[in-house]
Amino acid sequence: MTVATMNALDDAQLAARVAQDIPDGSYVNLGIGKPTHVSGYVPDGREVIYHSENGILGVGPTPAPGTEDPELIDASKRYVTAAPGAAYFEHSDSFAMMRGGHIDIAVLGAYQVAENGDLANWATLDETYPPAVGGAMDLVVGVPTIFVMMRHVNRDGSPKLLKRCTYPLTGLGVVSRVYTDLAVLDVTPEGFRLVELTPGNSLDAVQAVTEARILT
Amino acid sequence: MDKSVDDLARAVAPVTDGASVMIGGFGSSGIPFGLIDALLEQGATGLTVISNNAGAGETGIAKLLKAGRVAKVICSYPRTPGSIWFEQRFEAGEVELEVVPQGTLAERIRAAGAGLGGFLTPTAYGTRLAEGKETRVIDGRGYVLEAPLPADFALIRADRGDKWGNLNFHATARNFNPVMAMAATHAIVEVRELSDAPLDPETVVTPGIFVQGVVEYGVRP
Repeated sequence: MTVATMNALDDAQLAARVAQDIPDGSYVNLGIGKPTHVSGYVPDGREVIYHSENGILGVGPTPAPGTEDPELIDASKRYVTAAPGAAYFEHSDSFAMMRGGHIDIAVLGAYQVAENGDLANWATLDETYPPAVGGAMDLVVGVPTIFVMMRHVNRDGSPKLLKRCTYPLTGLGVVSRVYTDLAVLDVTPEGFRLVELTPGNSLDAVQAVTEARILT
Repeated sequence: MDKSVDDLARAVAPVTDGASVMIGGFGSSGIPFGLIDALLEQGATGLTVISNNAGAGETGIAKLLKAGRVAKVICSYPRTPGSIWFEQRFEAGEVELEVVPQGTLAERIRAAGAGLGGFLTPTAYGTRLAEGKETRVIDGRGYVLEAPLPADFALIRADRGDKWGNLNFHATARNFNPVMAMAATHAIVEVRELSDAPLDPETVVTPGIFVQGVVEYGVRP
């Protein structure tokens, strides 16, 4: 069975699934790309304060057309607003929040995750392409809970959940939990442990597209 | 004391060929577009540019890259949508690149401004970006020794300033600007508004001691 014939969450469903696990009262950094959509699905009644490393705590919703402030953006360079209770600060303070363990959860995309929690999300093996690390390495060493949100396999069907990463590492043993279109897996001292399967898929089918062993 | 400068050209006049130049900003926010244009006009070349990004489209740092004025870029994220001039110069081997994790970049700049000889950070420990660097294990955790990063000049964007060089900022345009002002021998600031009255000391974010020249450039990006 290939992924094409399995029940896979779409991007919105995946964002909504991650959002379920963001507790009330947490400080959260959402990585660029797909993770930015998680905030739109956090259940009503939870107050979550979003940090963006370019210097805002309390990222609010997208501004109405015509009211954008070119000097008020998030790390994805999208126009944002300041939520009630927001604060602005300079970059070394912003990274003190991240490195210093003050942010509770970070949600990141990834190229590869290994069963020992190693993360590769900043560079590939293509040396001709300029690497761009941004704040990913600072986030993963400082934030105690790292959620990775990604497709279960690459476009060519090759696995992204590996025994060992083959791409350059972002951080060692840093990933807490992986959310893919096919499953949710915790990183434990023994390896990946199944939390749940996307309904309609068997463990055997998901294991078949996963290089690392999935523990139950 | 009066650090105000009449125009952008005079403000960037001291920049020499081969200088290291910090340029504030993140994405398109807090970039000193007026000073960059003036520097392009002034003609200094062989520059080492220290900034978070490496420009996008045809504006800001991308203009300096397009004109061939940049020998080296030290940044965290050179690849952004539209960073065509950086990519072109990099692929042609005309620009050297040093990629630094963003928090390490900010802290290296701050360390230079604060007179520190470096710092130990867990960021990048065990990764390719720590290769060749001294490391230490403290209480079972690995750290990388990172060096201070000073510069000859900094080009800064602020919201309001006064003739003493005191500055404040608007929203997320603050980003790297305050630490870069600290770390450069000569920090040049474009402000949206140069206030005749002194800024309220309670609102000053960057104290004037870190600023050598301040020029009004009212055009908002």
